[in-house]
Amino acid sequence: MAAVDEAGSPGATTHAAARSPAATVNGAAVSLRGVGPQTSALDWLRAQGLTAAKEGCAEGECGACAILVVRPVLDGVDGRPADQTRADRTAPPPSQWTAVNACLVPAASLVGQEVVTCEGLGSPDALHPVQRELALGGGSQCGYCTPGFVCSMAAEYYRPGSDGFDLEALSGNLCRCTGYRPIRDAALALGSPGADDVLAGRCQRPAPRRSSQRVDGPGGTYHRAAVLVEALELLAAKPGAMVVAGGTDWGVEVNLRGARREVLIGIDAVPELRTLDVGVDTVKVGAGLTLSEIEGALGDRVPLLAQLMPQFASRLIRNSATLGGNLATASPIGDAAPVLLALDATIVLASLHGERVVPLAEFFTGYRESVLRAGELIRSVLIPLPLAGVAGFHKITKRRFDDISSVAIATAITLSDGMVTRARIGLGGVAPTPVRALATEAALEGRPWDRDTVEAAAAVLRGEGSPLDDHRATAAYRTAMLGTSLLRLHADHPTDRQRPTVEMSP
Amino acid sequence: MSALSQRPDDAAVGLTVPHESAALHVTGAALYTDDLVGRFRDVLHAHPVQAPHAHARISRLDPTPALHVPGVVRILTAADVPGLNDSGVLGDQPLFPAEVMHHGQAVCWVLGETLEAARRGAEAIAASGVDYDPLPSVITVREAMAAGSFQGADRHVQRGDVETALHDAAQVFTGETEFAGQEHFYLETHASLAVVDESGQVFVQSSTQHPSETQGIVAHVLGVPDHAVTVQCLRMGGGFGGKEMQPHGFAAVAALGATLTGRPVRVRLTRAQDVTMTGKRHGFHAAWRVGFDAEGHFTALEATLTSDGGWSLDLSEPVLVRALCHVDNAYFIPNVSVRGRIALTHKTSQTAFRGFGGPQGMLVIEDIIGRCAPQLGLEPHELRRRNFYTAGQTTPYGQEVRHPDRLVRAWDTIAESAELDTRRAEIATFNASHATAKRALAVTPVKFGISFNFTPLNQAGALVHVYKDGSVLINHGGTEMGQGLHTKMIQVAATALGVPLHRVRLAPTRTDKVPNTSATAASSGADLNGGAVKDACEQIRARLDAVDDGAGLAWEDLVAKAYLARVQLWAAGFYRTEGLGWDAATMHGHPFKYFAYGVAAAEVEVDGFTGAYRTRRVDIVHDVGDSLSPVVDVGQIEGAFVQGAGWLTLEDLRWDEGDGPDRGRVTTQAASTYKLPSLSEMPEVFNVTLLPDAHEDGAVYGSKAVGEPPLMLAFSVREALRQAAAAFGPPGVSIDLASPATPEAVYWAIELARSAVPATPVPYAAGPAPRDGSPAAGDVEPVSAPPWQVQT
Ligand SMILES: Cc1cc2nc3c(=O)[nH]c(=O)nc-3n(C[C@H](O)[C@H](O)[C@H](O)COP(=O)(O)OP(=O)(O)OC[C@H]3O[C@@H](n4cnc5c(N)ncnc54)[C@H](O)[C@@H]3O)c2cc1C
Ligand code: FES
Ligand code: FES
Repeated sequence: MAAVDEAGSPGATTHAAARSPAATVNGAAVSLRGVGPQTSALDWLRAQGLTAAKEGCAEGECGACAILVVRPVLDGVDGRPADQTRADRTAPPPSQWTAVNACLVPAASLVGQEVVTCEGLGSPDALHPVQRELALGGGSQCGYCTPGFVCSMAAEYYRPGSDGFDLEALSGNLCRCTGYRPIRDAALALGSPGADDVLAGRCQRPAPRRSSQRVDGPGGTYHRAAVLVEALELLAAKPGAMVVAGGTDWGVEVNLRGARREVLIGIDAVPELRTLDVGVDTVKVGAGLTLSEIEGALGDRVPLLAQLMPQFASRLIRNSATLGGNLATASPIGDAAPVLLALDATIVLASLHGERVVPLAEFFTGYRESVLRAGELIRSVLIPLPLAGVAGFHKITKRRFDDISSVAIATAITLSDGMVTRARIGLGGVAPTPVRALATEAALEGRPWDRDTVEAAAAVLRGEGSPLDDHRATAAYRTAMLGTSLLRLHADHPTDRQRPTVEMSP
Repeated sequence: MSALSQRPDDAAVGLTVPHESAALHVTGAALYTDDLVGRFRDVLHAHPVQAPHAHARISRLDPTPALHVPGVVRILTAADVPGLNDSGVLGDQPLFPAEVMHHGQAVCWVLGETLEAARRGAEAIAASGVDYDPLPSVITVREAMAAGSFQGADRHVQRGDVETALHDAAQVFTGETEFAGQEHFYLETHASLAVVDESGQVFVQSSTQHPSETQGIVAHVLGVPDHAVTVQCLRMGGGFGGKEMQPHGFAAVAALGATLTGRPVRVRLTRAQDVTMTGKRHGFHAAWRVGFDAEGHFTALEATLTSDGGWSLDLSEPVLVRALCHVDNAYFIPNVSVRGRIALTHKTSQTAFRGFGGPQGMLVIEDIIGRCAPQLGLEPHELRRRNFYTAGQTTPYGQEVRHPDRLVRAWDTIAESAELDTRRAEIATFNASHATAKRALAVTPVKFGISFNFTPLNQAGALVHVYKDGSVLINHGGTEMGQGLHTKMIQVAATALGVPLHRVRLAPTRTDKVPNTSATAASSGADLNGGAVKDACEQIRARLDAVDDGAGLAWEDLVAKAYLARVQLWAAGFYRTEGLGWDAATMHGHPFKYFAYGVAAAEVEVDGFTGAYRTRRVDIVHDVGDSLSPVVDVGQIEGAFVQGAGWLTLEDLRWDEGDGPDRGRVTTQAASTYKLPSLSEMPEVFNVTLLPDAHEDGAVYGSKAVGEPPLMLAFSVREALRQAAAAFGPPGVSIDLASPATPEAVYWAIELARSAVPATPVPYAAGPAPRDGSPAAGDVEPVSAPPWQVQT
């Protein structure tokens, strides 16, 4: 299939948009005229007759709706450990095919973008290699989940710098029929794209520019901001507007809870929100970076973040979800907050009036409430260096892939000569906001990192917060999990010299 | 070897072929009901108004608020029904109810130009168009038992003298076992699309496992004869029993809307609507008393099973019958008295789900074994093996157990191929050296009866056309939901006609092609429809052979010659399973054509800090007879196993049981709260083998049904978890493990084990003194002894 080259001629997109907003789908321009801000990419594609992508849940959980979009590759974001020297390697391609949940993407946000659906990868007479492996290997039974698996697998097949199929790529796709064995085997049997592969070739050119755009339709307008000041001005000018970054939270609100807004402001392309700096005394993470981008760029430089990522949602969600969005929702069960609390992070808030820096511990003010003011955006997250020597993130769930925490405990312990000089513990799921376990921190600091200290502190931790009973877990279990977390951390890290060993390998 | 089971040389059955729609699946070209909407003009979209009460009388229903919403076209209420206002066959499931019987029940439907308009219309009615008088509700099965809230017929399977046997038993245990239901979570939610065609006939495309019944119910709702309604099912995005009875009402809503407006009407449920409106696997409560002799043989089982039927009967009665017929699983129990009854609760009307009561019956006996083995001082696998049926023995309901040797063969094969002895030793070493993680290995058998318990359902039809050019088109009464039925039917037709597979095309299931079909259910799709397809093909083949008269003409030439000779080149085929007999009142007879057997060995590792676990390895040997289609059969075994493991370990269906305003609401109504197995739950090593030399004389081409039986192999995972939790404590302690065995449930089981005092060996008690099996896990105060203090 042929992809229309929009990025090659920078003026083309804006020019075309002036005529009619459009996206490139499977190589052909498809108009977005009259698409309202609440219409998902999934509904829009299906209305075009592209019915391969299916709705299984409309909340980002099943992956039946997965599609591919071309996204830029950040420097250092290539799936390889970022701390490797790059001198001996060829530079990564400038763009990559990224699988996302079409049910959570506003269709209007695809304006000027390139999309490939399962239909665009191959046809029954000319199967794509991914499709062939799945078909021959018995990877489809009812076939309803299959187009979504195909897209997730294709993204991994084309991942720059891939050194074998990472099954994490399929963590956001559910299949109720096969039991996954044939899907896994098909994935592991995949080779690499050939030299003449059109979609691989597409990645040798930059991703389409994400310029300033607007799409009007019934129910309102979608604006894409191209720079920070534009986003802030739109926000100031349109009270009641909703900022959308990855849309993974917003999309669920729209689909499941009937949320509607007349004005959406897309900030996923704002360059000021998409920077990542590792300095001498701070790691600065742009609030608009997707979790997959952060994961790729940081590697395991910040071990707590490296532990968080594979436990956070699924690859499909992490390809869209941003750190800023996760903190802005101020959810008591968000996973980034406990980790960033343990890391003693501060966050930078930006508005037309300037910037302010707030310690994360002071950011959350109540159930889904924060100090974020109208007209303000989270710009970045600052993580102070050096990092603590002992760190662990314990997320308690029913399912290992893609499940929400019933409790999450992030702990960072700094040791000096076997003594705890500093302890930071962030908790999720035990109070209306993410909280620090201050009493437990006090029970650890100034004491030797040994069983006696840990047992005493564990007893304190059991009493922190006020966990509730719900369908995820009983309060008693949540309390028990608070109680075992430090014991588990100590068992894994009796000293700070020992590398973490995880008993339950994934 | 019977004519039915005999397989010619170079048969197309048995070949390793992919699913017939595989190329369509992987390219997204395979169409499902809701993919068709774009092919019709002016489609109306339907949205329900769902009741916010578990039980209430509707005191006022006024559609006017919705009519003020732009884009709303019409509201469907009971007053619009020209025929019978019922979505079932027993007359107890009103389509538009006057009395709300469960939280989320649809009280009326709004049709809109867009789904958004219909949704807003429904919101408007919910806000100001409907009033309810709440009534007292029964939510849990225990509440129903206390209140005496039951429905349908009680059943009783009985053999021998249980009282005497229990009196004489060396050991008697009593206990209770309670376990939850399961949401089908087919990836494709319920969907129907109805149009009135140019001849005035109502044509309904529906995601249904039972097109004939969907047709019948649409017809009775519309008040027209069956011949005025045609139902087609292209394929389903999963069914698992959830589309056997449940689609009818949605098809009827679409059809009613289409006849009233003259426009196509689409009903497609959101996931939340699907979960809150449609039935699920029945949860059960069981109270039991069991006796063993001094060698650990069962002597008697007395039990009462209460199934949680939800608000109407639906398929609860046959599900209960199958549960009672599978309490024995693979074990000979000489004296049996097992009663069954159906609770009426204010919940969705529970229905068929892969296994159809079989899993629930078997769970009871497997739970009994898992809990009693430590107290009998026997390894659970030893206790299981000791009680296997042997040749000549009969089930409690009087059917001879044919081929019990196959179970032994599967058991022995696994013991060897999965190196069970070596691995048990390795596990013992691992457990001795790890305080905070424990492993365990459990082996469990399955014996599952094949055929609909209700004998008349064991019939099927097919229509086979051979065209003049030699191409073949087949239709049969079964539906395709991913189980590979169509693939197998193409193979059967190619085999019976003696043509290559590519000459055979299969057309979608429609009620105007093959009438009066049974549901594609009870694993019997290939047995029944295969028999019918084979019959039709053999009629044609016989006529062609007469034309050929030994000349050995090529297929195309032969067909052309037959046409010119005015020989009929199409045929209707019919099949009914011979040799069945069942007395429903006495629960006695031989309801099953044969039994399917299987054995699974599962190894798990459990984390002592959290109760989290992983399945390290699973080995399965399963009996599918002579496989019709090995890829399909292995796929069914793997998929069923993982689905069964989901039910038993992960899928946690919750209802609001409190007295607040949301009482009776499903609290896990989304994929984010109801967790299905994902890739992370797949066994890390997963070996599935088909039992060799397993010809089945009574079924098409020597094959056996495969859809349901392997689901129950997943008991091996649950039992392994129980054993791993027990390994945190002293030996000889009975561990009660809640179901589903979520990490939390496993954690409490571990705590139970850790807090247990080492058992002193129990001498076999003489006499009947019943003893409690063990305390319930939930009753146990959690203790938090640091894991490293627990020495094993
Ligand atoms: C299937 C699924 C699984 C999930 N699993 C997890 C999980 O395991 N752990 C977890 O913690 N979360 C999980 N989530 C939640 C979700 O992915 C996160 O909250 C996500 O990080 C939100 O980021 P986003 O960019 O998609 O936000 P959006 O949906 O775009 O926005 C969310 C909110 O944040 C605001 N916002 C976004 N960016 C900014 C900014 N820079 N400044 C100010 N306000 C902003 C928006 O206005 C909106 O109110 C899951 C979600 C789904 C759908
Ligand atoms: S529909 Fe399930 S993830 Fe989008
Ligand atoms: S094949 Fe049916 S859901 Fe995957």
